[in-house]
Amino acid sequence: MESTLRGHVHKFGKNVDTDVIIPGKYCNIIDPAELGKHALEGIDPEYTARMKAGDIIVADTNFGCGSSREVAPIAIKGSGTSAVIAKSFARIFYRNALNIGLPIFESSEAVDGIESGDEIELEPATGVIRNVTRGTSYQAAQFPPFMQSLIDAGGLVPYVEKRLAEASR
Amino acid sequence: MTLTQKILARHAGLDRVEPGQIINANVDLVLANELSAAVAIGVMRGMKGADRVFDANKIALVEDHFVPAKDAQSAKLAKLMKDFATEQKIKHFFDVGRGGIEHVVLPEEGLVAPGEVIVGGDSHTCTYGAFGAFATGMGSTDIAAAFVLGEVWLKVPATIKIVYSGTLKNHVYAKDLMLRTVGELGIDGATYRAIEYHGSTVDALSITGRITMANMAIEAGAKNGIFHADEKTIAYVQERTDRPFMVERADSDAIYERVIAIDVDDLEPQIACPHTPDNVHPISQVTREDIPLDQVFIGSCTNGYIEDLRVVAKILQGKRISPNVRVIVNPGSQKVWMQAAEEGILTILAAAGCAVNTPGCGACFGGHMGTLGDGERALSTTNRNYVGRMGSPKSEVYLSSPATCAASALTGIITDPRVVDAALV
Repeated sequence: MESTLRGHVHKFGKNVDTDVIIPGKYCNIIDPAELGKHALEGIDPEYTARMKAGDIIVADTNFGCGSSREVAPIAIKGSGTSAVIAKSFARIFYRNALNIGLPIFESSEAVDGIESGDEIELEPATGVIRNVTRGTSYQAAQFPPFMQSLIDAGGLVPYVEKRLAEASR
Repeated sequence: MTLTQKILARHAGLDRVEPGQIINANVDLVLANELSAAVAIGVMRGMKGADRVFDANKIALVEDHFVPAKDAQSAKLAKLMKDFATEQKIKHFFDVGRGGIEHVVLPEEGLVAPGEVIVGGDSHTCTYGAFGAFATGMGSTDIAAAFVLGEVWLKVPATIKIVYSGTLKNHVYAKDLMLRTVGELGIDGATYRAIEYHGSTVDALSITGRITMANMAIEAGAKNGIFHADEKTIAYVQERTDRPFMVERADSDAIYERVIAIDVDDLEPQIACPHTPDNVHPISQVTREDIPLDQVFIGSCTNGYIEDLRVVAKILQGKRISPNVRVIVNPGSQKVWMQAAEEGILTILAAAGCAVNTPGCGACFGGHMGTLGDGERALSTTNRNYVGRMGSPKSEVYLSSPATCAASALTGIITDPRVVDAALV
């Protein structure tokens, strides 16, 4: 399990969709670092210039709505962003983020209690969110048990490998 | 159980499944395009022991997003998928000129049937709910897993039942009905849910109309949108495949999370205004001000079907589009293109001043073949109008039916097709 994540917050509103996370014209790129240069370009063209490695995105409801493009969470991860906290995530983005190893946290209270520029700490193992700037802390929603077991196993790829190994026995 | 629960239970080998339950479901078809496939193939190559796909006849690969290849990078992804198709002996591989937009192609080719479970590396995979199948979009890692295992893990969704009553008026279409529905639900109103479409209005819809409605279930955040298969569905599918399939029905005591009733007797053509697909208004409210257009786009997996092009051709026949607007038409597939050619539709469109393009997804997502510049405004038959969806983040996209697009092409401003039609008489 990953260790503590620490960074400054960049806050966004509701319905940050995949078209603004990684505009369609970049969807023929597969290199994560190259994708990372354009993360959030459709909503905040200065994001990648402003942010520092480890920084954290905080957003309102329905983060990642729209397309199934897996390059959306890949671009966010590729930019050096360490995690996304939102009040809720769109369904496909949620799966994709877990599958590619972008840490995501769901907590309405945390989103309401964190502002742009705050420094925060995240514990991926426990879902604890600490606002270092304001001295507050929050507990993100637990992953459903099946998803937690997938995460603990290292993600979907090791899960598939295990299934294939069992089948070939 | 709801229709979605029934299909998922059978594919999970269970008697019953309940909303919230996590299941492993066998899939009947796995779909990818050159963008989602490129990433999925990379993931599969990195999986130990994953040398072969689970069934070379149950995978469909369609070149459609940046086609014909926009640039060398796009060509590289297209080649990557083509080489994979050859190596894995994938039967259903569709190159440019032999396919078109994935969601238009798969039903045409008989690859979609009632009661099936279909997953695809494209969010509009939910389109196949039009045929009474469970179909949902996923990202590339999930698709890679489905390629090799032939199954996916799913959380069984609760279902929202929508019952439509009444008769659609002249120049009011399935697209207007679905825009109205997305406006009512909101763009996250059906997140993690199935939508089950019911009622006499949708029973009367053509297969194309149901495709348009199922296609946009994702615009309300839904996992899937599904219709019950009827005689029309069965006839459509049996004309295209002799593969056996099982028509499922929701139980009479099925439990729905919500039931919504929508009466369509007074429904006007609808417009989704910038910048979300749920920002939907009746056209009479939108046309109070003249909204000048730079581009009209007709096509996509939502409205790129022959039935759509017939409506457009009927409005544009013998006319010239406004000099202030450019009109781009993408027939949804090679078959739609050929049918439109045979019916003289392509000539009518070209004579009216429309550019008719190769089937593909490019314009809809700001990829290529019709990208908007700074300050430009488009009216489009597509499904999304987020900031920058069709090009520049400083452009605007309005969504409507093909008829509204055609009427607006004549005037250069957003125009009610009923007004244009009245003027013709």
